[in-house]
Amino acid sequence: MAIFRPVGWATRSWEGFDELDRMRRDMDRLLGFTGWPFREARAGVFPLTNVTEDDHNYYVRAELPGMAANEIDISVTGDSISISGERQIRTEKKEARYHRREREAGKFSRVISLPGQIDTGKVKASCVDGVLTVVLPKAEAAKPKQIAVKSA
Amino acid sequence: MTAEETKALEAKEKQELSTPAEQTRPGPTFTPAVDIFENEKELTLLADMPGVKTKDLDIDLRENVLTLTGEVESPEGPGERPVLKEYRTGRYVRQFSLSDTIDQSKINAELRDGVLRLVLPKAEKAVPRKITVKAG
Repeated sequence: MAIFRPVGWATRSWEGFDELDRMRRDMDRLLGFTGWPFREARAGVFPLTNVTEDDHNYYVRAELPGMAANEIDISVTGDSISISGERQIRTEKKEARYHRREREAGKFSRVISLPGQIDTGKVKASCVDGVLTVVLPKAEAAKPKQIAVKSA
Repeated sequence: MTAEETKALEAKEKQELSTPAEQTRPGPTFTPAVDIFENEKELTLLADMPGVKTKDLDIDLRENVLTLTGEVESPEGPGERPVLKEYRTGRYVRQFSLSDTIDQSKINAELRDGVLRLVLPKAEKAVPRKITVKAG
């Protein structure tokens, strides 16, 4: 009996850890579910994008500090938008000694699917204060329509 | 093309300030990404503050502590409903303590496309001077 006891203890303690782990995962899932309702920042994706809509348009916004409007390439299809470009950070003079270097430079490209069809001919984009705003008018077929109910 | 030219941008998350106790106003506060470099004459600071307008940017330098504060107004119109939300907007705050003495009258700040470029010239006494020793 004494020989088997340590094994029994070990097994029991592992079960305990499993239980704790399961509880933690359940809590994470619960908190994740009841917390922020949208997709939050994911590592490795640039630029981070917010999409909103009203009855007539979709609005795609992205933070692209230091980029001028002509440095950003935007192309649209019926229900998606692609944003690409290269963020350049000018190299400073050689004698500059760096204390902090947190700003990133490089190429980026991203495609975002929209929930409905858009009118590709009327898309407008602007870049003000480092924030890109693309206004994509919804296709006629995708707009909500008021249906009048006739009284008999 | 060299490897440098084709480098893909390494995306970073927007850094939210994690000390809510310091804040006296509601809403999220973010830490702007900065580049700081110096040469013999001046200290230059570049800060990414997308969405900040010139009138909403506050630069304060007192007792060698430099404070940058930028307010960001929500860009969304009143009738817009969220579809996908990957980032939030809010105030930018960052503080730096400067070791060199700065000539406050010559500070130059420029905000363009959401990037602040702040040039802080060193005061005359802080500029190193070469002293030639004459032979006796």
